[in-house]
Amino acid sequence: MNGEFIAFLILSFTAILGGILMLNLKKVVHMLLSVVLTFVSLAGIYVLLSAEFVAVVQILIYSGAVTIILAFGIMLTKHTARDERTSNRLRAALVGVGVLVFFFTVYGAIDNLFFGPGAEGLHVENTQQIGERIFAHYVIPFELVSIVLLVALMGAIVLARKEGEENK
Amino acid sequence: MTTIPLQAYLILALILFCIGLFGALTKRNTIIVLICIELMLNAVNLNLVAFSQLGNNPGITGQVFSLFTITIAAAEVAVGMAILIAWYRHKNGVNVDEMDGLKD
Repeated sequence: MNGEFIAFLILSFTAILGGILMLNLKKVVHMLLSVVLTFVSLAGIYVLLSAEFVAVVQILIYSGAVTIILAFGIMLTKHTARDERTSNRLRAALVGVGVLVFFFTVYGAIDNLFFGPGAEGLHVENTQQIGERIFAHYVIPFELVSIVLLVALMGAIVLARKEGEENK
Repeated sequence: MTTIPLQAYLILALILFCIGLFGALTKRNTIIVLICIELMLNAVNLNLVAFSQLGNNPGITGQVFSLFTITIAAAEVAVGMAILIAWYRHKNGVNVDEMDGLKD
């Protein structure tokens, strides 16, 4: 029972708590905020796994950018949006049974997994290691990702543009 | 290095993935479905980072892959939100079960 284990327990508990709250809350904005709790706890878990750079990126992208864009989506569609409980309870029960079957199948597969003591030194100058790996081994995927981002940006603008502006 | 076994991280990721899957299949609001998909992608990211530290062939590559996944997920959210706003302008609703325009 050392400090690392206690930190893992607290962080995983808050992550799961955020997910459960997201399933049970009524207002859409509250659901979004509870998911932010999950994202931040996952960033803490990345720090435990000696991935500091990924943790900072997680906080910046997920709990920053993605949350803001979803909040704008909520604001632009329905202010008082409520997710009324599905009328179809039978379907929810069937989906729950399916998800439980999936859970226990995968749990049986990962129950006895052990690969070794793990890597040493991933936390030493983590950002430098990631930068060297990206720009030495993964340059072409990195450039392709920039093209994907450009295409997504243009696609989002074209899709969300008001119709009839071509006439002006 | 670390005293927490690999299974703990994998089971946490599995629980988060199951929560996201259940939400994505049962919720009616499209924004909530998008959030649930983000939760599932986050669980996958946790798996990648856990294997990069404790996997069979540990190294920095898992963290690089999770960075690529985060980028693609951000692009996906932007396009999904644009589609949602265009849909809302057409039909004035955000519920998934009303999106059956291809049925007729």
